[in-house]
Order: sequence, then C-alpha cells, then structure tokens
Amino acid sequence: MSGLQRGSVAAVGAAESDLGQVAPGTSPLDLMAQATIRALEDCGLALKDVDGLFVAATQVRMGPLALAEYLGIKPKYFDGTQVGGSSFMSHVAHAQAAIQLGLCEVAVIAHGSTQRSVSRALASPREYNPYETPYRPILPISAYAMVAARHMHQYGTTREHLAEVAVAARQWALMNPKAWEKEPLTIEQALGARMVSDPFTVRDCCLVVDGGGAIVLTSAARARSLKNKPAYVLGVGTALSHASISSMPDFTVTAASESGPKAFGMAKLKPSDVNMLSLYDAFTITPILFLEDLGFCPKGEGGRFVANGNIAPGGKLAVNTSGGGLSYCHPGMYGLLVMIEAIRQVRGECGERQVDGCDVALAHGNGGVLSSQCTVIFGSQATL
Amino acid sequence: MASDLKRQSPLGTYLEHCAKGELAYQVRTDTGEPVFYPRAVAPGTGSTDLEWRVSKGLGTVYTTTVVHHRGEPPLNVAMIALDEGFRMMSRVEGIDPAQVRIGMRVKVNIHPGDEKQPPYPVFTPVEGGV
Repeated sequence: MSGLQRGSVAAVGAAESDLGQVAPGTSPLDLMAQATIRALEDCGLALKDVDGLFVAATQVRMGPLALAEYLGIKPKYFDGTQVGGSSFMSHVAHAQAAIQLGLCEVAVIAHGSTQRSVSRALASPREYNPYETPYRPILPISAYAMVAARHMHQYGTTREHLAEVAVAARQWALMNPKAWEKEPLTIEQALGARMVSDPFTVRDCCLVVDGGGAIVLTSAARARSLKNKPAYVLGVGTALSHASISSMPDFTVTAASESGPKAFGMAKLKPSDVNMLSLYDAFTITPILFLEDLGFCPKGEGGRFVANGNIAPGGKLAVNTSGGGLSYCHPGMYGLLVMIEAIRQVRGECGERQVDGCDVALAHGNGGVLSSQCTVIFGSQATL
Repeated sequence: MASDLKRQSPLGTYLEHCAKGELAYQVRTDTGEPVFYPRAVAPGTGSTDLEWRVSKGLGTVYTTTVVHHRGEPPLNVAMIALDEGFRMMSRVEGIDPAQVRIGMRVKVNIHPGDEKQPPYPVFTPVEGGV
C-alpha cells in the first residue's frame, strides 16, 4: 500500500472482553465496551483521548454508531468496514492511514459477539443465494471442506495433516489460561470425532463461543510516551477475492498470496524474519493454506509442513500460540483476537507460551469463505 | 437486454430456463467467455453485451463434500466445472454421496423443486464416464 509508512503507528493497548460463555442478556456491545476500557487501561489512555473508532460485528448492523453511543464518544474518524473476520486487520490499515493524515490520533478497533449464547444461526444469519442455498451446504463449513478436499486431491494433503493443526493448537491452548479448551487432544481423537462436512470433523472446526476484544492504535511518537512496549505496525496488506465460495477462482490458492507480499514489501521483511505467526484458524485447512500463500513453504507443501508437530510447542515454527480459533477462542469474527496474541508476543507478555526473542509477529486474518485476506506485521522497537 | 432490470432479472431468465429443463448461462458477446452466476453486467469489463446460452450440461466434479445435517441422511454438495468453462455449486445424485469423486464426469438434470424452491440444476454421473 503506497503512502503507508513502515512503523508510523503502533498498537499500544490490547485486551479481550470476558470470553467463552457470558451471562444471559449480555450484548455484543457490552463485550466491546468492556474490552475497549480494558485496552485503554492497558495503555494508560482514557475514553476522552479516543478520536477514531473502528467496529465490525455480525450482530450489530452499524458498529461504529452503536459503540460510539454506548461509550458516549463522538469520534472524528470512524469506519465500519465489514469483510468478515479479517475486517480488523483492514481497520489497522485504515487507522494507520487516518493517523498518518492527522484525521485522528488514537484509534480503537473493537469487536464483540455472543454467538454461543444466542446460537450461531441467530448471530450470523446467511443471506439467501439462489445459486447455493438450494443445495443446503452448511456454510461456512462446507465451503472450507470443499477447499480442503481439492487441496487433498491436488497435493496429497491428508486428514492426518489437518488433525496435526488441531492437535498443535490444543497444545498451545493448554499453556493459555484464557483458552476455552482445557483437555489434551490426540490425532486419533481428532480423526475419530463427529463428521460435519467431509473431510471435516468437529475438531477441524473453530470454536463457537462468546467473546470480544479491542486494540488501541496511535502514532509512533505518542506510543513512545505511553507505558507499554509499542508493537509497531511494520506492514499491512489487504486483498478481496470473492464473496461466495462458488466464485473462488482456484480452491487451492487464497488471496493471502496477495496480502502477504504487500505486507512483507511494506515491512521490508521476508518470512524468515518472522518469529511468530498468528494465522486465522477458522478450520484446520486455513493455516495450511496461509503457510503456503504467505511464503513459509511452497504451494502444496502445507500439509507436510505441519506434520510431526512442526507448528506445535517445541516445533520449528510458532503458530497460533494462544491456542487459536480451534482451541482458545473464536467468537465468529476472530481477526481482532488473532492480532492481540501477535501484539502480546512482541511485548513479551505470553508467559509459558512466549516465543524467545519475538521481535516480529505476523497476524493474518481471513474473512467469509476465504473471501478476504488481510495481513498485519507487528514489530518491536528493535525492528525500526 | 441483460441490463433492462424492469423487464427481466438475470435470475428470472435463469429460472425460466430451469423450468424448461435447461441449465442456462451467459457469455460475453465480444470474447465468448462464459459468465456465471447470471449478472446484469459482465465482470471485469462491466459490459452489458451479454448473451444467454443453454449448456450441454456435461461437466466434471471439481470438488465435493458430504454434508451431515443433524438427524438427516448425508447429502452431497459439489462444485461442478461445466465443459463450457464455468463452475457452479450443485449436488451429485443417483450415487452414494460419499462415492462422488473429484474428476467424475457428470450430466445435468433439473430437479423439480417444491413449493418453497423453484426447479434447480443437479447432476448425475455419466454412465461409464471417468
């Protein structure tokens, strides 16, 4: 993205709302507000400092408006870009542009969902599509399942490879006190779980839980005056690919192949510079695809790459150290939480699951049915 | 004309063809490139020079899944690559859903639908086809 300057803004505050299963009657806005105040406390700023607001949620039609009303603020700059779970990465790109242009100084990006409490069907109703709905796919699962099937056919990826992604996520989750899943998971258990849309069992699918989060972004100069180690935005890249799965050009290649190079180009970095990856794991196939499309392994080799615990604790590459959407939390639109873990890794706050010397953390977001792909690369002070 | 939306919609034309037992699609009049799903303007160029054609209905399974709706028998959902060069979601029938294979040759027939769903294209394996 020409015009955005490497390191011009930084994430200074990051916090989750209460997660998992919240009290009856809790609204997505309650969660967004809770997360926003926690994120502001995290960086020592106050509501009165917030002049940019970025919100997306499936249950709230006019996100920025609703949250501004709830918080009692009137932001100068607002954005409700809604392209699915990757929206929040695009909000980082948009906030960076706004901050660079002086249109706002302190941007809050927020999300909240009560999809477990109200049911996924109510939280994210599907639009009628005359060319898809009659066939009764379970969306989004069946879309991703068909993508996995094509990848297995073309490249020899196996169900065991998919299970490796689920098992690695669970191992990381067991080191995260906030994770939903508390029990170990074996390959055999993953393979033997209830089939939903072949080749996916329930263990190939992300959690359906309540949750929310907020991130505070500000200029690099303002960031340096605050108490936390800034997680500088070194690079961003966004790409739109399709809306419905029928229109995905090639079922084995995602638009992460466009967003990744844009982010790496802006950051002036390569995959080998990345210490930790936070890859949107809506389904076990997605980290496999993103590892390929972001350049961490050749196209088609993602399944073999994740085999033998390669992305699990103790493996060669730290991926989804929070436990991911598969085992930590997935409130429906998960991108904001994907970034929070990357930010925490750069700050060195991850305790038992901390990656040593984590200066560069890549957060990749996915939206819809592999429809939108947005990449943000965060870096420590040492990377400037 | 593809662009006169007060007279007929792209979906309306598609469904009229389904009611006649036909799978219809559009092509760009300048290049002959197929367009699916039906639209008022061609993707990429925005041209309104689109023509309707009836597909021969022959294609290949591009990918497939077996959907397990709770309490129901398993259902096939697949993406079919039609020989004319477009791809669409559909269902392969006449065979165990789990036996549908990528690369299988299939032929369209129009499912009659019901009171809630107008007729729509489904596919069956071509006899002896691979």
